This record gives sequence, structure tokens and C-alpha cells, in this order.
Amino acid sequence: MLRKFVAAVFAVLIHLPGIAAEAVPASDDPVLEKRVMEVGHLLRCLVCQNQTIADSHAELAVDLKNEIREMMRAGKSDQEIIDFMVARYGDFVLYKPQVKSTTWLLWFGPGVLLVLGLGTLFVKLRRRTAQIQAAELTPEQKRQAYSLLEQADGGDSK
Amino acid sequence: MTRFLWPLAIFLALVGFLAVGLNLNPREVPSPLIDKPAPQFSLPVLHKPDMTLSRDDLMGQVWLLNVWASWCVSCRQEHPLLVELAKAGIVPIYGLNYKDDRNAGLKWLNEHGDPYTASIMDADGRIGIEYGVYGVPETFVIDKQGVIRHKHIGPITPQALQEKLLPMVRELNAS
Repeated sequence: MLRKFVAAVFAVLIHLPGIAAEAVPASDDPVLEKRVMEVGHLLRCLVCQNQTIADSHAELAVDLKNEIREMMRAGKSDQEIIDFMVARYGDFVLYKPQVKSTTWLLWFGPGVLLVLGLGTLFVKLRRRTAQIQAAELTPEQKRQAYSLLEQADGGDSK
Repeated sequence: MTRFLWPLAIFLALVGFLAVGLNLNPREVPSPLIDKPAPQFSLPVLHKPDMTLSRDDLMGQVWLLNVWASWCVSCRQEHPLLVELAKAGIVPIYGLNYKDDRNAGLKWLNEHGDPYTASIMDADGRIGIEYGVYGVPETFVIDKQGVIRHKHIGPITPQALQEKLLPMVRELNAS
């Protein structure tokens, strides 16, 4: 009896994570659901801003997924649905920002910084090699230097 | 000399950017609906569910649309301010009772006071989506032509009311 009870408890426990992770199946159409998730991955959940509405379980995200589902059933294209969201929530709703004049700094800033950094490094290294080369002595200068050193040696040993 | 000042200058510029960034509120996303016609709605009135109120019924006056719900904690924060504003009679406040249960909403208004000329019920949050609502409470200032002129996200503060909302209402009423 007790053993049966323990087994039953374990059976429930084993399934608990599954129950928790599974969102309510929204519709029986897997093709539609896949499309809903695809579009959902392009849109930001404004409640939990670092998640897409496909990933989020926030109430607003669930509502928006329902909205997307209904628009798809009504025959709207993915782009029409995205435009619908942007018209209401603004560009911020796009999880991947658009490339336009106000976002150029965001998109290309890091690249520009990288190029500037590499450029500076290159110029600095070139200058340094130039300095090292300039320090090298001509054979004539070398001869002079050695003779000076020899003289100095002679002076010291006196 | 300047080669030693450059890193300092870059550091100070970075500090400047970070200081600005830290003081921005990431929760406040500018609405694309500003200066656009307020989305159409026709919803049942909270106190008289067999009556509906539509956007067009509210044309010809400056009004506030306040999105609220009985489950919304920060709505309590701004509520006394709304009650006071309603008493002053400066501008009619219409409530959008967002994704709420009717009885819970009515009970909440009984407890905290009802500043609304009327509240309409958006039980499934559809009109909320039309208005780009994502963080209750939100307040829209809508002009005589039914155009959204301002959106306040989050609880209204006395400062926001005095410095932004009321001057805006006055200006729109005068025009």
C-alpha cells in the first residue's frame, strides 16, 4: 500500500517539470503554431524587455501571440503582422533593430571603433619601427663608437 | 602633453554617456501613436454593462484615457491624484478597465474612489493592444479631434501632472 503511494507520488513528481514547462496548447495546427513562434521570435516582449514574445510567458506576450494567431488565420502575411505591432508599440518591439539613419551608430559603431583601433595600432607600430631603424648606426658611426670605447678602456686602465 | 590628456578625455566622455544612460528609464518606450488618431473602440461601460461607449462619443472635448485594473498595484499609487483631479473638474477622465473582472473592478472603485466620468471594460485586452498598452497604468491625453497628444507610462506623479499633463490639457483646451 505504502509502496504504491510512494510510486504514485514519484510518478507525479517526475511529470511536474513537464507540466510546468508546457504552455497551454494554443491550437491543434502545428504549421500555424510554428509560424506564430517564428514571428514571435522577431518581436520583443515589452514587459520583459530582453525576451521575445515567443519566449515570454508574460500575459501581454500570450495576448500578442493570440493576436498573431488570429491575424494569421485571417490570412495576414508575416510582414503585415510585424507592421501591425510596430504601428502600436513602436520600433522597439522589433527584436532585431532595423537598419536606418537613427540606428546606424548602433549597427556600425562597433565596426567603426574596431577599424579606428586597428588603424591607430597600425600607425603606432609603423612609427615605432621607424624609430628603431633611425637608431641603427652606419658602419662609419660604429667604427667611431668602438674607437671611443677603446680609448675609454685605455684611460681607465692607467 | 596631449598624449596623456587623450585617455582622460575618452574616460570623461565614457562617464558622460554612462551617466546619461543610467538616468534613462528603459521602461518608457516612446509611443508611435502620438499625434495619431486614437484607435476606435466601442466597449461596455463598467457600471452599466448593457451600455457601450465609443471613441466617437468623446469627440469635441479634451479628455484623459487612464488604463487601470484592480490587479494593478502601481495604480493605487496614482489613484488619489486622479480622484483629486476629478474633483477639480479640469478634465474628464475616462477609465479603460484593462483585463479585469467586472466585480473586482467595481469593488476596487468603491474602496479607492471613482475618478472616472466612465470606465469601459476591455476584458480581453484587445483595445489595450490597439493603444499599445504594455505597462498598466498608462494615461493618454486626447484632444478635441480625437488625436492622441501625449502618453504617460506608469503611475502619474504630482510632478508629471503639474509639469506635463495639466499644461498640455490647458493648451489643448485653448486651441
